[in-house]
Amino acid sequence: MNSWLYSEKVKDHFMNPRNIMFNDEDFEYDAMGKTGNIKCGDEMIFYLKIDPETLIITDCRWKTFGCASAIASTSVLSEMIKGMSLDDTYNISNVDIMEELGGLPDNKVHCSVLGDKALQEAINNYYITHGMEDRVHDTKSRIVCECLNVSEEEIEHAVLEGVRNYYQLQEMTKVGTSCGKCEEDARERLTFYLDRHFGIKEIN
Amino acid sequence: MQRMYFDHNATTPLHPEVKHAIIESLDVFGNPSSLHEDGRRARILIETAREKVAALINADPDEIMFTGSGSEANNTVLSIVICSGASCNLHSPVDSDLVISTIEHPCIIETSKCLENRGTRVKRVGVDSRGLVKMDDLEQAVSANTSLVSVMMVNNETGAIQDVEKALAIAHASGALFHTDAVQAVGKLPLDVRKLDVDFLTISAHKIYGPKGVGALYVRKGTPFCSLIRGGHQEMGRRAGTENTLGIAGFGRAVELRAEEMEAEAERLAELNTMLRDGIESRIENIHFNSNPEYCLHSTLNVSFEGVEGESLLLYLDHEGVEVSTGSACASGSLDPSHVLLEMNLPVEFTHGSLRMSMGRSTTREEVDYVLDVLPGIVKKLRRMSTVYGGER
Repeated sequence: MNSWLYSEKVKDHFMNPRNIMFNDEDFEYDAMGKTGNIKCGDEMIFYLKIDPETLIITDCRWKTFGCASAIASTSVLSEMIKGMSLDDTYNISNVDIMEELGGLPDNKVHCSVLGDKALQEAINNYYITHGMEDRVHDTKSRIVCECLNVSEEEIEHAVLEGVRNYYQLQEMTKVGTSCGKCEEDARERLTFYLDRHFGIKEIN
Repeated sequence: MQRMYFDHNATTPLHPEVKHAIIESLDVFGNPSSLHEDGRRARILIETAREKVAALINADPDEIMFTGSGSEANNTVLSIVICSGASCNLHSPVDSDLVISTIEHPCIIETSKCLENRGTRVKRVGVDSRGLVKMDDLEQAVSANTSLVSVMMVNNETGAIQDVEKALAIAHASGALFHTDAVQAVGKLPLDVRKLDVDFLTISAHKIYGPKGVGALYVRKGTPFCSLIRGGHQEMGRRAGTENTLGIAGFGRAVELRAEEMEAEAERLAELNTMLRDGIESRIENIHFNSNPEYCLHSTLNVSFEGVEGESLLLYLDHEGVEVSTGSACASGSLDPSHVLLEMNLPVEFTHGSLRMSMGRSTTREEVDYVLDVLPGIVKKLRRMSTVYGGER
């Protein structure tokens, strides 16, 4: 076992985070996305500079009130996205970031998605402010279970909190426990987020 | 790298003489309940330790029972509330209220929830912004139906010293029993159970340079009692299971050394605490102290830094060799920040940005100087990249 809680790469990115938006720095950006909430203990803002012709990210900055996992994974992410198109960037999964980072303990993954989420917000922000509303991916507020008002975001949150199968998902969110019509949709989203954040399938 | 340990409220290293005492006892393998020579040798170790623990708090040796931890001792006391056995002389579970403070250790808080599920009424009394249990509210909460009141002596996170004498008077005036979790107090503050007139008191060995895995519960003579772990005659029939002879031997030595070292150390640590506090105050702005030497333990300093997330701060300090704790949610393994700081109504960002430094035998002036050297730079670095400090919000 390494003496550090995390891998050497995590340590490096935590100690020397790349592409930080310092509070005293001037950085001209085309889009900004914010996620998290100080009340929940972490917050992240992502800033993007984008080539309007090619829709390629030419530069980026970020800042956070967040823990070591959030800092290290966002630092790695900020290096990965330079030179990437907005669409490709949108499809970077947490598993990709973890691979680049050399892994994180499972209970730290929910901190590490902070940067990824702020980045998605920034991309959406760019689409909205540049007349491309049709490209916005709004996964947040979409209601999956109408009977019990369970959103897609709640399903994602449940996965990050340790839900690994449909039964556990129902226990935590009550999704599909009334009319049951949404089961297929809910199962599909469960599979999607398990793969996106942990690179795994349902575990029964 | 040299490690500088500022986390003595979490646990302490073995005192070298405790280590020696344990090594000396390594070959004492007998079952203390056996009547033969090997058994008697083990029995002597345990009973000698019991006398020492009793002496530190002015109890009689047969009022001390050894447990596997402070948490076990606390669980044992709380389990008495729901017992309606004839020998316990307590109210039936339905009628008996348990009264605790909201800043107790999780082993009390969680156990109280479990009791609640089983039908016990639990009343929880909050604290003021200093982290001191509100005695007026306690008075309101305690009634003739109350069977047990439990208020900790010193809070582990802030070091706030509770008015246990007052809490106890309130409990006894209503005929309730009184327990105090004194894990952070014993061996650091002078304590006399006779003067205090307490019914139950919890002690832990590893907080005072003894080994882990051993604690003790003081049970005043004649107090109703019910075992948590049954099925053996050990510990005067109060706790089944073959005793942890080595741990108890170490515990005894640790307690003995505390009696010798406590006073001088308290004076020394109070000075270092002032030095640390004044140093932080003069070097770093926008901070909030969550402890105050006027009513907190001399060895504990809890402080929050605006705009700084606690786990990051902790790990940057760790990288510099300084070991501390934080009330941040991320460091706790759950999503909840410190319940103690929340109860004190601390603004939530301060809760996530809190640092607890707890000093002890090994802490030196040089170490405090070193912390004061490295801390401002780390706070500055984290604030420069913070979403909630300066710049755009």
